[in-house]
Amino acid sequence: MDEYRLLEMRGIEKTFPGVRALQNVDFSLNAGEIHALMGENGAGKSTLIKVLTGVYSKDAGTIRLDGKEVKIHSPQDAQNAGISTVYQEITLCPNLSVAENMFIGRGNGKITNWKEMNDRAKTLLERLDIPAKATQQLANCSIAVQQMVAIARAIDMECKVLILDEPTSSLDEQEVEKLFGLMRDLKAMGVGIIFVTHFLDQVYEVCDKITVLRDGQLVGEYEIRDLPRVQLVAKMLGKEMDDLSDIKGEHEAYHSPDADMKIFEAEKLQSNAGIKPFNFHIQKGEVNGFTGLLGSGRSECVRAIFGADRVIGGKVKVKGKEVKIHKPKDAMKNGIAYLPEDRKVDGIIGDLSVRENIILALQVMKGFFKPFTKAQAYAFADEYIKKLNIKTASADTPIKSLSGGNQQKVILARWLLMHPEYLILDEPTRGIDVGTKVDIQKLVLELASGGMSITFISSETDEMLRTCSRLIVMRDRKVVGELSGDDLTQSMIMSTIAGGESDE
Amino acid sequence: MDKKKLKGGIFNRISDTNLLLCITIVIFLIMYISAIVFLGGGFKKPQMFFNILNNEAPLIITACGMSIVMISGGIDISIGGVVALVSMSCAVYLDKTPGGGNVWVSMLIALAIGLLFGIVQGYLVAYCEIQPFIVTLAGMFFARGMTTIVNTDPFNVENSAFRKLKDTRITIPKMGSYTKKGLYQAAHIEIGVVVAIAIVVVLFLVLRYTKLGRSFYAVGGNPQSALMLGINVKRTKFLSHVICGLMAGIGGYVYFLHVGSGAPSHATGMEMNAIASSIIGGTMLTGGVGNIIGTLFGVLSLSSIQNIVSSAGLGQAWWTGITIGGMLCLFLLIQSIVMWAKKRSLKA
Ligand SMILES: Nc1ncnc2c1ncn2[C@@H]1O[C@H](COP(=O)(O)OP(=O)(O)O)[C@@H](O)[C@H]1O
Ligand SMILES: [Mg+2]
Repeated sequence: MDEYRLLEMRGIEKTFPGVRALQNVDFSLNAGEIHALMGENGAGKSTLIKVLTGVYSKDAGTIRLDGKEVKIHSPQDAQNAGISTVYQEITLCPNLSVAENMFIGRGNGKITNWKEMNDRAKTLLERLDIPAKATQQLANCSIAVQQMVAIARAIDMECKVLILDEPTSSLDEQEVEKLFGLMRDLKAMGVGIIFVTHFLDQVYEVCDKITVLRDGQLVGEYEIRDLPRVQLVAKMLGKEMDDLSDIKGEHEAYHSPDADMKIFEAEKLQSNAGIKPFNFHIQKGEVNGFTGLLGSGRSECVRAIFGADRVIGGKVKVKGKEVKIHKPKDAMKNGIAYLPEDRKVDGIIGDLSVRENIILALQVMKGFFKPFTKAQAYAFADEYIKKLNIKTASADTPIKSLSGGNQQKVILARWLLMHPEYLILDEPTRGIDVGTKVDIQKLVLELASGGMSITFISSETDEMLRTCSRLIVMRDRKVVGELSGDDLTQSMIMSTIAGGESDE
Repeated sequence: MDKKKLKGGIFNRISDTNLLLCITIVIFLIMYISAIVFLGGGFKKPQMFFNILNNEAPLIITACGMSIVMISGGIDISIGGVVALVSMSCAVYLDKTPGGGNVWVSMLIALAIGLLFGIVQGYLVAYCEIQPFIVTLAGMFFARGMTTIVNTDPFNVENSAFRKLKDTRITIPKMGSYTKKGLYQAAHIEIGVVVAIAIVVVLFLVLRYTKLGRSFYAVGGNPQSALMLGINVKRTKFLSHVICGLMAGIGGYVYFLHVGSGAPSHATGMEMNAIASSIIGGTMLTGGVGNIIGTLFGVLSLSSIQNIVSSAGLGQAWWTGITIGGMLCLFLLIQSIVMWAKKRSLKA
C-alpha cells in the first residue's frame, strides 16, 4: 500500500490567452501521502489543480488515476472519479443552505431528502466543530465558516484524492489544527492529499513531499526531509537566499539640499476612529513606518493623515504650509497617495483591464469628462507594467485574471502614476509571496532614493526593519515611541510595544 | 472561543427565498382584505376571487415557467409570442382542417410548439452561450411573426368539441352567492384553473425536492460555483428554458381555452406580466432566489390590484398601468428594505 501510485500527471500544458500557465508539468501522488504543491503566486498551482478537476481543459498531457488513463471534462467527472476539491476561491452557492452546499451535486439520487440531508450535515458540522446550522443560508455565515463548510463537503465525500488549494487562508490557528487532524486521519485511511499553502510552517508540519512550481514549470519533487526551508524558498523564488538579505544597503539614501524638508507634518491629529491625538512628520525621501500589534491603531493613523476617516482635531502642514484635509481628494490634491489595507474589497475593479485600473485614480483627479486618449493610456500602462514588473498578458487583460501579487502591483501603479510626493502603503505585501514582497520592498527604497516620502505599514516587523529608517511604535491606539538608527532592531520594537519591560 | 455565537436570530433561520415569500403573501392578504372591507361589493363574493383565477390561469402557468428561468439566472421574453402562436395554430387546426380538428391533437400541437421554442432557445442560451435576453427577444419576434403567417385575421373557434370543453365549469360547493334578484349562483372555476393549480403543485415539488430543482437555484446563485460543486450548468440552464417553453405551450392552450379564439394580438405583453408577477412573488432578477407559491401570489396580487383599481372607479387602462408600476416599485422597495435589514442584523 505504502508506495501505491494513485495519481500521475505527465506533460501537462495549459495556455491562457497570452500566458503559458503550465509548461510540461509532471506531478504524482501516492496513496496515504500529503503532498505540498508550492510556488509563488501565479506559479500555476491553482491552474494545475483546475486542469486535474476538469475546470480547465488541458492543452496536452495525460492524467492517470489508479494506473488507468482518465479523461476528466468537468468537476462532476472529477467527483465521480473520486477526486474531491476545495478550491482557492470559495466555490459555494451563497443562496443555498449550509447543508445543501455540502450535498448538492453529489450522488446519483434525483430526489432531495431534506431531513436526511440536514441530519447528515448536522452530524458533520458537529464533528468538525463548525459554528453553523445546517439549515442556515450560507450567505449568512462568515468567510471562515464558509471555508470550513467547503472543507467539510470535500472530506465527507468518498474520495481517493483530496485537493486543498490554500484552504487555511481565513482560518484561525485552532481551526487549522483541526484541519490537520482530519488530514492525518484521511492519510491513515490511504487518501492522497494535495495541499497548497503559503505558510511554510504548515507545510513542514503535515506534509510528506513537496512539489515546487515556478512560472508554470516544474522545479522538482522533494522528500520533505531533504529540503530545508531556506532551500524551499530559494527553489520557489529561483534565486539564492542572499537576495533576501540586506536590501537597504543597496539603495542610496536621498541626498539633496531639500532632504530635511518636512513634506508632511501633523500636530495633535485626531480622527473619529478612536485613536489618541498624535504628532507625526515625514521628510523628503524618507521611509518611515507605523508598527505595533494588530489593532494598535496603525491603520487608523494613516487613515487620519489621508482623510479617509473623519478628522476631528489637529493641524496639518504640507511642506510647511497649513492645509485642510477633510477627505481623500483633498489629500490627493496635496500630493498624498494611499494604498488601503482592504484593497481586495474596494481597490480593484475586476472586470476592467489592467490599463483601466492603472489610470483610474489619475482619471478621477482629471475629471471623468476629460478622458485620456487611448495612446496616452497605453503609454502610462506600459510604462508601469514594465517598471513594476507586472506579470500580465497585456495591458488589456482583465485584472481579475492576474495573480494576487500582480493585482497588488497594479494598484500600486495606479498611485505611482499620480506622482505623489508622499505615498502611504498599508500592508502592501500581505498575502503575497516572498518574491513579490521583495520586489515591492525594493521598489519602496528605490522610490525613496528618488525623493518620494513613504510611510510603510506591515505586520511583519522584519520587513519594516529592512525598509524603514524610522519607526513609530504604537500601543493601544497611542503612539508610544519612535525608533531610528541603531535602535532599529526586533528586540527594541518588542520592548517598546511591551512598554520597556520586556525581558527579550 | 471555540463556540462562536450564531448571530441574527430570526433572520438567521429564514432563507432569502422564504423571507420574500412571506412578504408577498402578507402584502397580498392585506390588499385583498382591505378591498373586501373598504370596497365591498364584488369583493365580498368568493366568485370575484374565482374569476381572478379563471382569468389568470394562463398567466399563472407561464409565470411559473418564467420564475424557473429567472431562478436559474436567465429570462424568457418570448412567452407572450408563444402563447399567441399556440392559440392561433390550435384555432386554425381546429376550424380550418377539413372535417374539423381533434381537440386532443390540438393539445399536442400546443405542447409541441412550446417545447420546440424551449428546446431551441435553451440550446442557444446554454450551449451557444448567447444572452438569454437576446435569444428570447428573437424568439418573441419569430413567434409573433409566425402567428400572423399562420393566419392574419382574428377569429372565434366554432369546433363543437372544443366549445364543449371551453364551456365546462367546475362548481365549487358552498361558495355561491345570491344576485340582486335573489337568484342563487353557484361558484365555479374553469378547467384551466385546475391545470394551473396542478402545475403550481408539480413545479413547487420539482423545485423543492428534485436534484434538478435545486440545481436551478445553485446555477442562479453562482454559476461558477455550481460548476465546481459538480453540477452540469449547461444542462441545467437548457432544461430551465425547456420547462419555461413547455409552460408557455400549456399556458398558451389554457389561454386559448379561456378566450376561444386565435388572434395575432393575443397575450400582448404577457411576458412582462409574468416577469412582474415573479418579481412581486419574490423571485430575484439576479437569480437564485424565488418560489413558485410566491409566483402564484404574485399573479393574484397583480390581478387583484387591477380589479381594485377598476372597482374604485378608475377603469381606464392607464390607471391600471400606473398602479401596477407603482406596486412593482413598492414591492421591490419593501424587498430591498427587508434584505437590507437582514444583512444589517446579521452583521451587527
Ligand atoms: N482564467 C484565467 N485566464 C487567464 N489567465 C489565467 C487564468 N487563470 C490563471 N491565469 C494565469 O495563469 C497563471 C497561473 O495562475 P494560478 O494557477 O492561479 O497561480 P497560483 O495558484 O500558483 O497562484 C497566472 O499568470 C495567471 O494570471
Ligand atoms: Mg492559486
